[in-house]
Amino acid sequence: MSADIADLVASLAAAAGPDEQIEAYASRGSSTEVRVWRGQVEHFVSAASEGVGVRVVSGGRTGFAYAGTLEADAVAEVLAEARENVAYGTADPDAGVAEPDGVEPVDIELWSDELDRFATADKIELALELERMVLAMDPRIRVDDANYIDGGGEMAVATSTGIVRHRRGNSCHVSVSTLADDGDETQTGFGYSIGDHPGEFDLEWAAREAVERATRLLGAEKPPSERTTVIFDPFVTAQLLSIIGSTLNGEAVVRGRSLFADRVGDIIASELVTLIDDPTDVRAYTATDVDGEGLATRRNVLVDAGRLDHFVQSTYSARRAGVVSTGNGVRGGYSSTPGTGCLALQLVPGARSRDDLIADVDHGVLVQSLSGVHSGVNTVSGDVSVGATGMTIRNGALATPVREFTVASTIQRLLTDVVEVGGDIEWLPSRAAGVSLVVRDVSVSGTS
Amino acid sequence: MIDGDVLERVLSTATRRGAAFAEVFAEDRRSTGFSFDEGRVDQVTSGRDRGAGVRVVVGDTTGYAHTADLSEASLVAAAEAAAEAAGMGDGAARVIALDGDGPRRHPVGEVRIDPRSIPKDARVDLLRAADDAARAYNPQVVQVSAGVADSRRRILVANTDGLHATDEVTRVLFRVNVVADADGGKQTGYQSMGRTTGWEAFDEYDVAAMGSDAARQAVVKLRARPAPTGAMPVVIARGTGGVLFHEACGHGLEADHIAKDASVYAGRMGELVASELVTLVDNGSMAGEWGALGIDDEGHPTQHNVLIQDGILVDYMWDHLRARDAGRAPSGNGRRESYDCLPMVRMTNTYVLAGPHDPDEIVAATDHGVYIAELGGGSVNTATGDFVFGMREAYLIENGQITEPLREGNLIGNGPQVLADIDMLADDFAMGSPGTCGKDGQGVPVGDGQPTLRVSSMTVGGTAA
Repeated sequence: MSADIADLVASLAAAAGPDEQIEAYASRGSSTEVRVWRGQVEHFVSAASEGVGVRVVSGGRTGFAYAGTLEADAVAEVLAEARENVAYGTADPDAGVAEPDGVEPVDIELWSDELDRFATADKIELALELERMVLAMDPRIRVDDANYIDGGGEMAVATSTGIVRHRRGNSCHVSVSTLADDGDETQTGFGYSIGDHPGEFDLEWAAREAVERATRLLGAEKPPSERTTVIFDPFVTAQLLSIIGSTLNGEAVVRGRSLFADRVGDIIASELVTLIDDPTDVRAYTATDVDGEGLATRRNVLVDAGRLDHFVQSTYSARRAGVVSTGNGVRGGYSSTPGTGCLALQLVPGARSRDDLIADVDHGVLVQSLSGVHSGVNTVSGDVSVGATGMTIRNGALATPVREFTVASTIQRLLTDVVEVGGDIEWLPSRAAGVSLVVRDVSVSGTS
Repeated sequence: MIDGDVLERVLSTATRRGAAFAEVFAEDRRSTGFSFDEGRVDQVTSGRDRGAGVRVVVGDTTGYAHTADLSEASLVAAAEAAAEAAGMGDGAARVIALDGDGPRRHPVGEVRIDPRSIPKDARVDLLRAADDAARAYNPQVVQVSAGVADSRRRILVANTDGLHATDEVTRVLFRVNVVADADGGKQTGYQSMGRTTGWEAFDEYDVAAMGSDAARQAVVKLRARPAPTGAMPVVIARGTGGVLFHEACGHGLEADHIAKDASVYAGRMGELVASELVTLVDNGSMAGEWGALGIDDEGHPTQHNVLIQDGILVDYMWDHLRARDAGRAPSGNGRRESYDCLPMVRMTNTYVLAGPHDPDEIVAATDHGVYIAELGGGSVNTATGDFVFGMREAYLIENGQITEPLREGNLIGNGPQVLADIDMLADDFAMGSPGTCGKDGQGVPVGDGQPTLRVSSMTVGGTAA
């Protein structure tokens, strides 16, 4: 190992002059992506990356620069550029780096030695095994790709206000995309499994999901347009939670872009909805003990039995709102400054299985996939309209497959129209956990 | 970036396990971005990314490794890692000789005003002009954010076929986002401009007009009513609906999906796959456009590729490996987001040529439907052909007239069906605004364009009864 990145960021932060604040962030990591197809490795990508980003705040003005390397010359240039960029910012009295807040990071282990030691040949074999399992389950199935993906590394952040944090972590998952054919018709599905290390994967479950998601859609048609009860499956609910989470963002609130501004303390959702952002829960794929600004992460109950309790905050949004950071400074890596956002969302699950939820619905639709989430959701106005596939529900049972339709509502109404939260929480390779969710009075648009 | 003799030695190392093909891709990218929010310069960012990736192909297996360090030792290490990843065979390293005396260039367009020569203050002036114009448009405008960015990307590609090519592409981008607020809630407006040119783009585009147009869009939507549900005719304004073709057939014509029989267009060459009105082109050599590039990220010159001619499927888009497997020349569509990614078949500038109709006639001929003045993004499942795209600004058409504004939402359709259902195509072709196309986690800049057109039936994803 070359330079210690904790030392590197600490020395950058220590370079701050009397009239400036400095935050330095550095990361170094590696990842593996294995894709197999028809029993052979299609590609094997072995990636290593590192970089540094420096934020300088002086007189309320902010400058930032980054470089995708940790070479000493480049690091010095980054600091100089960030300082130069300060001159062009406009003074903002709330700008600044994080301050130590006395909250210690929770003691959670995010590193698996077992994953770190996992051999290359075994990674390939896992992907091949997943492909074989899928193909053996149903003669109508083809595999588009089967993948093993892992990544690991370390990050360090330091500020001239006295924060120095270092963490390391690694993660892995497998995924498979499937095609089911029947005559001229093709439908698609997917499956995945996550674990702290590959020994925790459930390949059988991943394969079965991928097969069933594709084959159950064979013969699908457009449903009639109507307002009806919809059950979102766990994978779909996780996507919806990410959208909802982005509206509970303190920065959007102070910048006048949140539809829930001024609603703290109000009932904004069904009393069945308790929404928590908890990156300290090690079951979450995105669990972390430190946020992008170097503060300890914490468990935040954002919506408590339907009542909006508080927004997630970074240092900047908190200062503007006159509150404290909730440890929700997020960053996409060394090349961007910290923003504000949810880290690991979950809905408090209910008690019943998905089959029990379906059994209670006389007439409705089970939605198993969404499309166009980025183009059909406006988190400022709250409008939601997304493409979907799934199954109709008739008299308490799944009936016929449906595709090429949209489901539409608003974020506000989706929250208040929740009828039940399932007990089937699923941990996904995403920033939100999934659970079945029953919502009434959703607009389904299909035929006429 | 890297000397020819170093490249030859790295490629030779990459073939030591018997590779049929190996390639070095190097990239040096510098970018500057200014963001403006709430009436002030929010952030000024500059960045540099530089590195190289080595790809090794043994049989049907590709190995890839990359490094941020362009020294010969690091490149050789990446070559060894890629060779190991690609396969376990043993072979003698081949001697590689690159063509020519130095890398070939195929510049597309020219950069008249280097963005690096523009003072940072001038960028702030542009942002302020857009902000002022948006706020002056209407007192219901409550928030404005804007951004201006430029990048210069130099690439170098060398491979075991002797190919040795380089390119330098400069891009400038401007965007403005507006929030308007009224008793009924908040609405948003957005305008953007992206050119593969130098700063001279701002001679052509008026940023104040973009600011007021984004404000107009947000304010209009304050009185929007819920969009209808169900299937109906849809008219799409010129220069905004290229994303329709990008999703309805563009992705489905990428040769990697075809090779896996994961596209509704596989096996349909020479067949009628669209209305006879439709001629679809992908053209990376279109100077100035957002998806323009001199060579693709495998070193092949970009070119004008006709994909659908008068409704008949005539070609797919190709990268190096798919073209090799098919025994044909690549089409300049092998692209990657950056040096740490494998190339894939990607679109560049994708557009539909003008048709015979008058745009006003198209609206007048539509009794009841939706008029889309501006589309948002979209996505497609190439295997089923089902695709969606968003409408950022849309209106109801009633009795041949454009009437009430509609709230946002997606439309959904099936690619081959929608292409067949294009029943009117106008003579008013225009290119659209800059886009970023995502595929397998990689984003690349793309352009699109089309004339005003009508689809006789698409499903509109609204909430109105």
